[in-house]
This record gives sequence, C-alpha cells and structure tokens, in this order.
Amino acid sequence: MLRSIFLAALLTVAGVATTAAQAPTVNVEHAWARATPGGAKSAALYMTLVNKGADDRLVSVSTPVAGKAEVHSTTTENGVMRMRPVEALDVKAGTSTTLKPGGYHVMLTDLKAPLVAGQSFAVTLTFENAGKIDVTATVEKLGAAAPGAMPGMKM
Amino acid sequence: MRRYTLYAVAVAAVVALFGLWLTAPWRGAGPRDATATLQAPSIGGPFTLTATDGSTVTDQSYRGKIMLVYFGYTTCPDACPTTLNSIASALAELGPLADRIQPLFITIDPQRDTRAVLADYVKAFDSRIVGLTGRPEQIAAAAKAYGVYYAPYKTADAPDGYLMDHTSVVFVMNEEHRFVATFTQDTPPAQMADRLRRLIAKTS
Repeated sequence: MLRSIFLAALLTVAGVATTAAQAPTVNVEHAWARATPGGAKSAALYMTLVNKGADDRLVSVSTPVAGKAEVHSTTTENGVMRMRPVEALDVKAGTSTTLKPGGYHVMLTDLKAPLVAGQSFAVTLTFENAGKIDVTATVEKLGAAAPGAMPGMKM
Repeated sequence: MRRYTLYAVAVAAVVALFGLWLTAPWRGAGPRDATATLQAPSIGGPFTLTATDGSTVTDQSYRGKIMLVYFGYTTCPDACPTTLNSIASALAELGPLADRIQPLFITIDPQRDTRAVLADYVKAFDSRIVGLTGRPEQIAAAAKAYGVYYAPYKTADAPDGYLMDHTSVVFVMNEEHRFVATFTQDTPPAQMADRLRRLIAKTS
C-alpha cells in the first residue's frame, strides 16, 4: 500500500517534471497569412507570441512553402512605409507580441507556390531559449479586412 | 521738412490700410481657409501612364469618376496587400455606388512589375482596381504630383536584393480630381465606404 502510494507520487513528480520540460514557454497563437495574388513571390506571415517564460528572442523562422522567411518590421512615418529586416525579435517575459499588418511580420520570399485561402502550412519558429516550436499557419482569403475579423465588420 | 511730413503721412496711410486689411471681414476664417485654398490643389495633377493592356492612360481617362490613387509595388508583402484589401472590401460594401469610383494602383517598381505581373496582382483583389505602370520618368512625374516618396532599400534578404520604401497613402480625389481625403492601411474598410458614400452624395 505504502509502496504503491510512493510509486504513484514518484510517477506524478516524474510526470510534472516531463510536462515542465516539454511545455513550450512561448505559445504561438493564430498564425496566418493572406492568400497571395497571382504572380506574387512574397507574402507576410502574422501571429501572436505569448511568452509565459523568461525573456526570449525569436531568432529564425522557416517554412517549406518559401525559400526564405525573415522577420521584418514595418514603420510608417509621415505616410512613408519602410520595411526593415529585424535580426531577432524580442519577446519579453509575461508579454504578448502580435505580428500584424503594419507592424512586425515574417516576410516569406521565393514562394514555392501561391498561398491559397483555406489551406494551411507548417512553420518552424526558433527561439533563443524556448528552442524550436512547430506551428501550423492558415491561409486567409484576400479581402479579409483584419486578422480574425469578419469582412466588412465595423471596427 | 514738408517732404518728410508727406512721407510720414504716406507711411501712416499704408500702415492704416494694412491694419484694415488684416481685420477685414472678407478675409474669412483665416488660416483654415488659407489651408483649404493653398494646400488642396497641391496634391494631384496630370499624369500619363500605361495600363496593363498596353494602352496609354491619363488622369483625363477617369474624368467624372472619384479616383482612389495608391502607389505601391507587387513584391510588397504587408502594406500594399493590406491597403488593396481594404479598398476591395470598401468597394464591395458600396455595391453599385462603386461604379462612381476608379481605384488606381500605380507601381513604383516598374522594373519588376511588368504589365502581366501587375494585371495578375490587382485582379486578385478586385477586377475594378486598375494597375498602372510607365516609363520611370512618367512614374516619377505622377508620384511628384501626389507628393509621393519612393526609393529602393538594398538588402540581400529581399527578392532581387531590394525592398521599396514608399508613401503608403490612398489619395481620394473627387470627380473633378480635386484632393479631398486620404486613407491609410489602418483605415477600416467600413470607414472608407462611409467617406466615399458621403462624397458621392455631395457630388450627385
């Protein structure tokens, strides 16, 4: 009896330890890209990074649908839009960072095929601390007014 | 001595007249009017460009239509598709009223945006959006008329080694092609549609 309780406790501890080691400290939510217009060789990938662990940095992104995937920032000053590569994206502890139109995005270049609405594709994000995280990005149709919003919905 | 008095009177008269002019009621509301009359005509103007079917178009080709003028490029992954998406959504919301509007997408990257690339690109958003290109100097002249800035930013990571920095603003020109408003990629489509509906109501 005592032995079985001890064993159960041991298993529980082991289970918790395993979970702790496996649970990613960064949650990737709503990874999406817009369908690409005919002939477009590039696209932008958006997502929300929720960091429940220590300060971290997104250092690289890869996906089989594109030759290259790079984090870019978009800044607009006096109406002039500038995109710049970002070496690594800081994701501070306890914060949520949203990559969205007009802000940060992952620029996908050398697309192997057009991104078609309704399809999804694999993406691997590499963080300095959290390591590699695999996510699935969905392709949303052109005309989608805003991420997750219904087209034509008043904001 | 008499001559000096004459000068003094003349100067006083000029000062007095200037004072009267400053306070005159016909000067209206002041700076606000000045802005409306001085700045508005400085955005927009004639342009000569090439449509995706190879035909030459000018601003006069769209006379009588409200123009939505946007400069961008097809390799742009973020700002341009977001803006064109919003324009397409606004057109959809306007229904038949959209016939009064001519959206134009003018490339500032003619090297990559051939007529074929441009045609494929714009029709994915809405077939009513017209893609325009031209010789570099024609595009430069159109951009200058709208006060649009563009320049390549070289980076090895980008396709063909460069991105384009550019003014990402939609210029709303009324049926007489006078500048009335701007939209940005942050303007919700419903708000664009409302603004255009009001403009159409005013001109019809």
